[in-house]
Amino acid sequence: MKPHTLSILVENRAGVLSRVTGLFSRRGFNIESLAVGPCEEPGMSRITIVVIGDDEKVEQIMKQLNKLIDIIKVSDLTENERVERELALIKVTAEQGSSRAEIMQIASIFRAQIVDVGAKSLILQVIGDTEKIDAMEKLLRQYGIKEFVRTGTVGILRGSKTVTSGK
Amino acid sequence: MKTGAKILVESLQREGVETIFGYPGGQILPVYDELYDSSLRHILVRHEQAAAHAADGYARASGRVGVCLATSGPGACNLVTGIATAYMDSVPIVAITGQVPTTMLGNDAFQESDITGITMPVTKHSYLVKKTDEISSVVQEAFYVAGTGRPGPVLIDLPKDTQTGTARDSPRLDKVVLRGYNPTYKGHTRQIDKVIALILEAERPLIYAGGGVISSNASEELIALATQLGIPVTTTLMGLGCIPCDNPLNLGMLGMHGTEYANFAVTESDLLIAIGARFDDRVTGKIDTFAPHAKIVHIDIDPAEIGKNKRVDVPIVGDVKAVLNDMLNSIKKKGIHDAWRKKIQYWREHHPLKYPDDGKLHPQYILQRMNELLKGDATIVSEVGQNQMWTAQYFGFRRPRSWITSGGLGTMGYGFPAAIGAHFARPDLPVFDVAGDGSIQMNIQELGTVAQYKIPVKIAILNNMYLGMVRQWQELFFDHRYSYTELPSVDFVKIANAYGIDGIKVESADEVMPALKDALDCNGPFVMDFRIEREENVFPMVPAGAAINEMIGGHPR
Repeated sequence: MKPHTLSILVENRAGVLSRVTGLFSRRGFNIESLAVGPCEEPGMSRITIVVIGDDEKVEQIMKQLNKLIDIIKVSDLTENERVERELALIKVTAEQGSSRAEIMQIASIFRAQIVDVGAKSLILQVIGDTEKIDAMEKLLRQYGIKEFVRTGTVGILRGSKTVTSGK
Repeated sequence: MKTGAKILVESLQREGVETIFGYPGGQILPVYDELYDSSLRHILVRHEQAAAHAADGYARASGRVGVCLATSGPGACNLVTGIATAYMDSVPIVAITGQVPTTMLGNDAFQESDITGITMPVTKHSYLVKKTDEISSVVQEAFYVAGTGRPGPVLIDLPKDTQTGTARDSPRLDKVVLRGYNPTYKGHTRQIDKVIALILEAERPLIYAGGGVISSNASEELIALATQLGIPVTTTLMGLGCIPCDNPLNLGMLGMHGTEYANFAVTESDLLIAIGARFDDRVTGKIDTFAPHAKIVHIDIDPAEIGKNKRVDVPIVGDVKAVLNDMLNSIKKKGIHDAWRKKIQYWREHHPLKYPDDGKLHPQYILQRMNELLKGDATIVSEVGQNQMWTAQYFGFRRPRSWITSGGLGTMGYGFPAAIGAHFARPDLPVFDVAGDGSIQMNIQELGTVAQYKIPVKIAILNNMYLGMVRQWQELFFDHRYSYTELPSVDFVKIANAYGIDGIKVESADEVMPALKDALDCNGPFVMDFRIEREENVFPMVPAGAAINEMIGGHPR
């Protein structure tokens, strides 16, 4: 069992996401993370899904995904050199004084940006892979995290390889 | 400008549809109004489930796309079992449902159900039409998707305002192009060469043929290949009829209720060539011990089937007919494997199918007489359970598409409505539905349909006053505890008579042939109530989870 990052190119149509996720839920898979958005090809969207599962089970799901009429291409990025990123917004309790300075220091170490400054809180925006965001969350916990929101992972292959329709 | 309803009906006719099966209701009324003046024949069933099964039976018997029609909400939901049945057996149907107007979607309006959502896991594709001008292209696309590649059901959900709205006529496209749908038809040449090499070096090759041979109309090619090389053939439940029962290479069905010789052959083969089959658990039994000595070749149009249940040595993704033709073109050698065929012949002689010869009314005897009378010139449909397995074992199928049964989903109540569909596909052939007293009561209301249209479906009820297959399992694996499987006696002839249909009750073996002849000679529908031995079992049988050569109820080895 290991995490697989799947990149799925789909027709941008109503119901596509539910067709895709249905194939996972039907097999008892929990989706770890999900990100969807329009992409470079007109009328198409790209979905990035992270699931944890046996290689064989994931391969079977990929084959079933390929059968869906609205799906153009499916690729398991995990097999290749790739870049993966998530974005998180973290609202941290930050009273005036030393804790506020410490939080700002942590932010700078993680190359996070402070995107909102309130009287008693800060909002940090951090971009990175899953581990980096987990690490930052852990460090900030001591100051009191009021709210934590993160996107799903998006991934892309390194070098000139692509997951495109090939047209 | 035309209404959406008119565009729908004309689009169906443009796809070559002549007969549809359906049931009206509020949200599909505009389409029904259009049908009133149309030359499209509509058969009014008595329950929407029957419409879906009839469309399915039509598709299996004809090889064309079947069509069913229902209203929104409960009508659409009643189609679901039929759609799932077609999905599991890869049958091309297009199901059309009415829907509440687009302005009310999602408001829990009267008779609203999210039918595209409900059927998502059991359709090959589905459409929720939002605009009238989409209807003609959606219909064309739906037929294309349903009938090509690995066939399957497609649903079109039509909100009422798309039926009443108007649009310009749009021409039929020459070719449907879908970016995400490009089935592979031609097998990879190098893979084909590998398979041929394996066949030539094998000593004990065996063909395991499934429903894919029938759906790709590849029966002739299969027989040619088997005959040229002298390779024995066993078929799945879905594959019965792809090679005639009396062909000496045909070992009959394999698997849970297969012949002993077929299962022995699988177990001892050194090369298993799976063609349009999917290694279903009812075929393989314990998967690790299935064909333990064999290299496995798998020919299938669906890449997702390759390696799904069993590791494969050489896969060929492609249309069965195209692949077999390519194989035939490159094989020059003839008739090998004599010793292997002799061994199988020995098993065949020493392990035939058997049932007691005691003059009592055994279901197997009925099927044999039916076979004798019809000689393959009929469409045989079954329900699900013991009736289905006895038919598979004892009726000798001689032709593809002459056997119609719910294999994958195992839907009781399938047979009777599917037989109605099969009649409209092949009106030239008599249609028999082999039923149990349990199954027939799941869609018995369709007696109303066959009576109304005088559809000559002959129903042979193998009546044991039990849910027989479940009772058999209770007898064998649950210590004879017949929990809720006993059914009270029903006078099926009286029920038939109430619909104006003739029928006959048969209580002894010598009445069987005359009853079958009466049924065949009768112009309209006919009901035969065969009071069979109550605790007759389907044997041989591979218990769940056992290897397929470990059969019970067979001959001692």
